[in-house]
Amino acid sequence: MTTTSDPLGLGNIGPARFDSIPTVRDGLAEVGYLADEGIAGVVYLADRLAKPVLVEGPAGTGKTQLAKSVAELTGSRLIRLQCYEGLDESKALYEWNYRKQLLRIQAGQVLAESDLGSGPDHHSPTWAELEEDIFSEDFLLTRPLLEAIRADTPVVLLVDEVDRVELETEALLLEVLSEYQVSIPELGTVQATRLPMVFLTSNNTRELSEALKRRCLYLHIDYPDIDRERAIIRRKVPGISDELADQVARIVRSLRTIDLRKLPSVSETLDWARTLVVLGISSIDATTARESLNILLKYQSDIDKAAKELLSATDA
Amino acid sequence: MLNLLSGFVEELRRAGLPVSLTEHLDAAEAVHHIPIEDREALKYALGATMVKSASHWHAFETAFDIYFARGLGTGEDGTPGPGAPGQGDESRLPGDQRGQQGGGAMDQTTPEELAALLYQALLQGDQPLMRVVARQAVTRFAGIEPGRPVGGTYYLYRTLRNLDLDAVLARLVGQAKREREDEGDLSMLDERLLGDEYRGRIDQLKKAVEDEIRRRLVEDRGAEALAKSIRKPLPEDLDVMHATRDELATLQRALRPLSRKLAVRLARRRRHRRRGPLDFRATVRRSLSTGGVPVEPRFRHPRPAKPEIVVIADISGSVASFARFTLHLVYAIQSQFSKVRSFVFVDGLDEVTRFFERADDPADAVQKINTEADVVWVDGHSDYGHALGVFFDHFGGEVTHRTSVLVLGDARNNYHASEDWVLAELRKKARHLYWLNPEPKDYWGSGDSIISEYGRHCDAVVECRTLRQLERFVGDLE
Repeated sequence: MTTTSDPLGLGNIGPARFDSIPTVRDGLAEVGYLADEGIAGVVYLADRLAKPVLVEGPAGTGKTQLAKSVAELTGSRLIRLQCYEGLDESKALYEWNYRKQLLRIQAGQVLAESDLGSGPDHHSPTWAELEEDIFSEDFLLTRPLLEAIRADTPVVLLVDEVDRVELETEALLLEVLSEYQVSIPELGTVQATRLPMVFLTSNNTRELSEALKRRCLYLHIDYPDIDRERAIIRRKVPGISDELADQVARIVRSLRTIDLRKLPSVSETLDWARTLVVLGISSIDATTARESLNILLKYQSDIDKAAKELLSATDA
Repeated sequence: MLNLLSGFVEELRRAGLPVSLTEHLDAAEAVHHIPIEDREALKYALGATMVKSASHWHAFETAFDIYFARGLGTGEDGTPGPGAPGQGDESRLPGDQRGQQGGGAMDQTTPEELAALLYQALLQGDQPLMRVVARQAVTRFAGIEPGRPVGGTYYLYRTLRNLDLDAVLARLVGQAKREREDEGDLSMLDERLLGDEYRGRIDQLKKAVEDEIRRRLVEDRGAEALAKSIRKPLPEDLDVMHATRDELATLQRALRPLSRKLAVRLARRRRHRRRGPLDFRATVRRSLSTGGVPVEPRFRHPRPAKPEIVVIADISGSVASFARFTLHLVYAIQSQFSKVRSFVFVDGLDEVTRFFERADDPADAVQKINTEADVVWVDGHSDYGHALGVFFDHFGGEVTHRTSVLVLGDARNNYHASEDWVLAELRKKARHLYWLNPEPKDYWGSGDSIISEYGRHCDAVVECRTLRQLERFVGDLE
């Protein structure tokens, strides 16, 4: 069996997860994610090069779903770190359990004073012992990043919407992403025993730092082409006829060529297709299209514009 | 392979993509892991390791097509694409295609046969056939002259003009209509969908023609020389004032996410610049759970002052394309800050805040401003002096010590009076006064430009010709 390359000198980092690009693609298709050449290729490389993947692209094109599907495919646990403004070390990496530490110190004092635990060899703990005690793993609260590093089962780490954290907080991720380790001053360095697969998603609300980008493979997931979209619709919407799926895909493609404020995403396309199926519509005509456009488009100005571009002449 | 990769990386850097050494090494490593004959996989491997921004993808793709030319990618001879540009020749058509056309010398197809083939290819969306047609068409129509240091745009134009794709499109749609006539009338929706379908195929064909021309140019002059001829600035480095129509469209697309980005960043800076003062009550309350030890101090939310922004933009013909972008920018700013007032002028001045407030699409607002705003006073040539004077008379009172004033324009005043005292006064009253000039710095002060006269009174005069410069300026803005 081929093993993953070992640029970090980490030694035992586990066997390669995938044999070839087609196996990635077929595997993902089995768990219901239809990947194109690019997506499958990058996932494959991420495994081989032991690098995180930074996934960017418009909303609703399956960025988060990709990580979930890879986890399902490889039988790994998915650990998710949802980013938000104000995320800090204690929420992302680890935190000392202050309350428990305090309790431990107080309990020590009480025990010493009341001599409850006294035996012949009893002595109250020295400061060094106490320090060692309260800064041990028992008092450590692991947060997603540390948890992913320490896991001894296979793990997929998903850092969602990484563009939401501040530039400074991004630096927290760097050690984890490039060395797969976390340094805790009181404990030392925790090194990954099995490399997790890491996915970072970004909606591109700001430019990520060069340092972060350099450490990642970059994957841009755009709206799918018509064949893939049709396949996705057929796959995800049970009971849809081939003609309807084809029609939906083609209408959505045409919509995406119009200059709209928010283009219809894949998930909205699926919602629309599902609605049509539920309503028992077998073929889309201008009226049905007009009445259900609000599922695809979220701004009134967009709806008006689309109706005008695609449907208007039917009124005349 | 490694040499070829180095050359490719060099080209990417020359095109402006920031490819670091680590990324180069990653790419070299990645190449080992993919099947070497798979051109698509190679492309994605190189892209994933070296291109870290979607807006750079186009530049990457162009360079990739040159350095790892197709034609070899059809794989009929089993050699990998890389390293082989220059080997392709006309006779290497996929075997089955040659069979279909009765074999023989391809150069002797008549224009009529070629047109028929083209029609077939588009009708069926047959990609291999499209490539054959592209190859034929280039041979016949492009008239490539060896050794000319050109990028091939003209060859492309000549080929496409001869193929007359518009007429072909009309024929395709017409035929489809006729076929469906018996099923009842074709609705507007169906017609549009059909049109889009064929337009998509025609785009594929155009791409094939372009590929073919590039391939031949690479054969002729080598990858490096060609790459140099067709290198284009990245979207963020495009000069707004001198962009072509296509480039403007690219810019327009790049601007929308940019303005959103800017808005987010501005908001974030305002919210997160400092922590507020210590919240004593909350800290004590919190400390109860740790036995009265204030482990986690609590802070009040900061209350930053609300900045007021006044934008005064020149929208005369000389800066029209720049003005369009600044107006989009103003829209972004306006949606973010509570007090933004915007004014546009040519030789008269009009407030346009209302257009932005009502529109939920910046393009609409810009459109309305260009048609409805009352900005012409005498003759429709920029008169900064008069416009500034009007601004000061009518709105000068509303500029306070909290106001930041942005003036956008090239300061080409058609030799009218400068009235720069207005700026001096504004500077005294306002918190900041900035001037954004879309002209290259070298031109400042030449001809009727009186930027230096105005610039004396400003906190800063900034050259602002590209998205990158615009972004930097707004990033530094407080």
